[in-house]
Amino acid sequence: MNDNGEKMVLAGKVDLPFSYSAGKTASRFFVELRDHQKIVGKRCPRCQRIIVPAQLFCKECFVETDEWIEVGPEGTLLTFTVVYHKENHHPREAPLAYGIIRLDGADTSIVHLLGETDVAKLEHGMRVRALFSKERKGHIMDINCFRPV
Amino acid sequence: MGKKVAIIGTGQTNHCSSREDLNEMELVYEAASAALRDAEMTIAEIDAVVLANMELFEGRALHDMWCGEGGGAFMKHSFKISTGGTSGTSGAISGYYHAASGLFDRVMVVGFEKHSDGNTSAGMALTDPFWDRHVAAAAIGNFALSVSEYMADRGVTQEQSAKVAVKARRNACNNPHAHLQMPDLTVKEVLESPVLAYPVHRLEMCPQSDGACAIIFASEEIAKKRCPRPAWVRAAVTRHDHIYLGEVKNRLATMRSLREAARVAYETVGIREPLKEFDVAEIYDPLTYAEIAWYEALGFCKDGEGGRLIDDGITQMDGELPVNPSGGVISTNPVGASGTIRVAEAALQIHGRGGKRQIPDVNLALATGYGVYCWSDVVILSSRPD
Ligand SMILES: [Zn+2]
Repeated sequence: MNDNGEKMVLAGKVDLPFSYSAGKTASRFFVELRDHQKIVGKRCPRCQRIIVPAQLFCKECFVETDEWIEVGPEGTLLTFTVVYHKENHHPREAPLAYGIIRLDGADTSIVHLLGETDVAKLEHGMRVRALFSKERKGHIMDINCFRPV
Repeated sequence: MGKKVAIIGTGQTNHCSSREDLNEMELVYEAASAALRDAEMTIAEIDAVVLANMELFEGRALHDMWCGEGGGAFMKHSFKISTGGTSGTSGAISGYYHAASGLFDRVMVVGFEKHSDGNTSAGMALTDPFWDRHVAAAAIGNFALSVSEYMADRGVTQEQSAKVAVKARRNACNNPHAHLQMPDLTVKEVLESPVLAYPVHRLEMCPQSDGACAIIFASEEIAKKRCPRPAWVRAAVTRHDHIYLGEVKNRLATMRSLREAARVAYETVGIREPLKEFDVAEIYDPLTYAEIAWYEALGFCKDGEGGRLIDDGITQMDGELPVNPSGGVISTNPVGASGTIRVAEAALQIHGRGGKRQIPDVNLALATGYGVYCWSDVVILSSRPD
């Protein structure tokens, strides 16, 4: 028997549903977003940091957060990128701009898309503001994007 | 403190973009067999097998189940470590812990990835569904975020970054296992390659490779008997920082997990001047800018001087501290194996089996791992057990 060198490659594709529980704390964050267009965080009673998006516990102190605090909707763009390559799993078509935003009043930052601007005008440290979606479903995309102020 | 343990053998596949001649389990088998040959051991002598792999990149869950037998795990103590990019170094550290506990005398670690089976999409599409998936563009985009911040903060230039890419792909030419061997690559070509995500060019990023790497750890008695020049594990430290990108400010510049892991490891071994004291370093460089940032985090220079180290050739093959004679992750990246390769290459340098990439007289070697945006491993190997 001769080996003709041919190598087989099998194509595969999986399409499966999942249902992820947000938990009570993130749920309230999403409800505030959907019903009141408010971005909320929670304060850690030990280190006093206001953590946004709201989390059940402070990961550094390992204690439950307590006080709910509204932050933003304006903030500072700490850093950004513009993605030019295309992948199936990217949330929007290239060029896709997103960044890390420190909302006013918060001690941690939020990752979100940047929009309604020429990407060439993006700068570290610039002021940005949340643009809420018209149709809101209790989801991170209830903020459509952040845009320069 | 655990018992004394040394690496007595290593083995790698040849890495490339697609190893269609072998399926994933067979890749694991190829590396494991090479390590056994290097250590002059049989599989019957191995007491425990640790597997390391990045979850889901190949569209298969539970790799220990589908690939463990390739590592000789049949009827042996065996399990898997999966911590993203650090999988390979964490797997090696786990192998070391097994032997250092005194419960196992000969432990084989195999890191592996068959990138060509699935690209990275499965793993990258299945990031956190609430905060990440809808607003971020996975590994390259998330790196680019921290790179643009790092450049703005530390003044690192595109040219300095491109020099790292040139160094890596040229070093890779001395490594018969390396994926991207580019002897004539220039700074200009790197910077003219397409921008994947501002400010990162394609040739500044690691490739996606098929490959596997195995390491054999042995107890003191066996190491002394079976290896003419064992690579003794003197420190092995893991640190994890926050995962959500919004929780770590200026990630690349601060890299708290790497700084802390290095601090603890250096203290354990008594290292005060890493640039002078290490003879070689194999550091996990997912992209060029990270290598420069890690120079700073690892204390090779002061913060803000990483670019100067590459400008001055300090980390070239003939420099004061050669970094990544193998070509590094920028040249070869089977993710689950990439960290294992760092530890294996550091051991290889102490064994004196580095071939064309051998640095003369290596007594102290550093290996690091990097994973999931903010996790770090640091391993220090020495020609001396204490
Ligand atoms: Zn706290």
